[in-house]
Amino acid sequence: MSDKLFDIRNVSKIYGPEDTGLVALSDYSFSIPTEPARIITIAGESGSGKSTLGELLLRSSPPTRGQILFEGVDIWKFNEQQKRDYHRHVQAVFQDPFGVYNPFYRIEHVFQMVLNNYKLASSKERGRDLVEEALNAVGLHGDDVLRKYPHQLSGGQRQRIMIARATMLKPKFIVADEPVSMVDASLRASILDVMMNLRDEYGISFLYVTHDLSTAYQIGDQILLLYQGTVTEHGNAVDVISNPQHPYVQLLIESVPKPDPNVPWPGEVELPAEEAFRTASATGCRYYPRCARRMAHCEAQTPKRFDVGPNGHQAACFLYDPDRNSDESREAASVNQSS
Amino acid sequence: MRNAETVLKVDDLRVYYATPQGDVRACDGVSFDLRSGEILGLVGESGSGKSTATGGVLRMIGSPGRIVSGRVVLDGDNILEFDDEQMREIRWQKIALIPQGAMNSLNPTMTISAQIADVIETHEGRQDEDVLRQRILELFRRVGLPGRIYSMYPHELSGGMKQRACIAMSIALDPQVIVADEATSALDVVVQRVVAQTMLKIKQELNVSFIMIGHDMGLMAQVVDRLAVMYSGQLLEIASVADMFAAPAHPYSEILIESVPTLTERKPMRINEGITHDPRNPPSGCIFRLRCPHAMEKCAESRPPMQEVRPEQLVACHLWQKNEDGEYVRQAV
Repeated sequence: MSDKLFDIRNVSKIYGPEDTGLVALSDYSFSIPTEPARIITIAGESGSGKSTLGELLLRSSPPTRGQILFEGVDIWKFNEQQKRDYHRHVQAVFQDPFGVYNPFYRIEHVFQMVLNNYKLASSKERGRDLVEEALNAVGLHGDDVLRKYPHQLSGGQRQRIMIARATMLKPKFIVADEPVSMVDASLRASILDVMMNLRDEYGISFLYVTHDLSTAYQIGDQILLLYQGTVTEHGNAVDVISNPQHPYVQLLIESVPKPDPNVPWPGEVELPAEEAFRTASATGCRYYPRCARRMAHCEAQTPKRFDVGPNGHQAACFLYDPDRNSDESREAASVNQSS
Repeated sequence: MRNAETVLKVDDLRVYYATPQGDVRACDGVSFDLRSGEILGLVGESGSGKSTATGGVLRMIGSPGRIVSGRVVLDGDNILEFDDEQMREIRWQKIALIPQGAMNSLNPTMTISAQIADVIETHEGRQDEDVLRQRILELFRRVGLPGRIYSMYPHELSGGMKQRACIAMSIALDPQVIVADEATSALDVVVQRVVAQTMLKIKQELNVSFIMIGHDMGLMAQVVDRLAVMYSGQLLEIASVADMFAAPAHPYSEILIESVPTLTERKPMRINEGITHDPRNPPSGCIFRLRCPHAMEKCAESRPPMQEVRPEQLVACHLWQKNEDGEYVRQAV
């Protein structure tokens, strides 16, 4: 048994031919410890590869290169029993709380399926208790929801029922892909609160895939920001969001609209006319075409992750290369502070 | 306000949906003014009637919905009395819509420019080809789109570009009023910022007025001039965005503003349950009283009227009462 729940080793996912295809995830390494349970946020814009990472962990598609180990075993070398166990330990909650339900069945059907498939309960009473327990964990009661049809519940309730379904299996890890983006802003807190509660009370870790940095800031323990399949910055969620270092992450955070009419967006942003197509053979920093602070060698070399702060706060940007001319990097740091 | 002239006046608009169990009052007596060159934000949770209210304004309510009563005055005419032909004439010309999920509302089989040309020629008749082309390119320029998309199809554009193409189409005939229904909610933050900045620029250059429907209070704070808060078919408060954020007058506005997650302070989240009553059977008195932390006996008895409790700040709440000097004060609870 390993002390790492997940060990992701140099994983790349390329759609299409290996040399000219589209890089959804590029040479990515990361590990998630067995405990303490934590919420790891993956954030980035559409097409940055955040869902791809979720799919790889759910074993929906194999990586093009590299390995994903779950408790020390490669998830693509599982035997049948290990596969079954894995799908029990690693659960998913998806974006659309409307599309995942069969509208013809009452809510209880969702739970009955899980009870039957995994033979969780020896008796009907035991089954009912398990369902009630799972619903209570997400702040709902069986009497209120089980006999209802999906359309009779709000998006927030439906999403919490999906989380309850997942927790019935006592998973170790839940991939939550944009679980709140289709739910009303005022109801999001109820879902995020459930996630934090499951982390603290049940020891379940989450991969929280989102493009919403403000919720990531509120609930995330760690954060990884992706841009075109590469990790631009990662670290403690509070450190990264309150003190972003990578030029892309700085732009992202500055663009989150502040709920204060007296603090407008700083200046105008322009989007580049043409997005550089990222084939596997392309070199250099992915953000080069858009970067306001690019340097000559950014186009030729791919930046490694450099330390930029405490608690493993790193950014993949040559501005933080300690080998650079030291005056220049000090100047870069001061520009960052003021922006 | 730079210019307080009213371009659109909505007066006691009621839109109901028929169901076997009785009417759902999705828009139940909504009144507001839209001023020249302003962006009025309309916020509220899902099912609060934002899209229904603007659907009523645009006369785009389909069965089983119906406009029950009210007045919508645009350019001196009550457009609720217009016949279909008259409505067709003013759509795009005087009042235009950027629909929810605008990027999926474009026709996938026509180029962007052909769709805009279609709007122009339907209203103004056949146009000289070169003049039309120049006009469309000018529209692209206004919304920050490059001329090379002239012959492109919707699928060749990114989400943000499609959204801006819809804005270009909405301003093609220089309308006074544009309704933007969740125009940026499916976009990434940076793209959202670009689209919102485009709208602000259009507002300034063309002096057009927007009604912007949304539920992101952060975005509202950045973009709109005034903000109207809806709950279950009724308007609860309307005020300038600065006043609303500085001192919300209605308990529901308070909750909305408090529950916005911020990037500066990690705090326990405020949990809301959403609209709790059956919309076919709304509570007596104040529509919000079942969820209101300050509900009083009086709130069950009568629906609070809209009162101007501070200059330009209207609120429908019994907590606000006149004192001996005739000033409105909010009762302490």
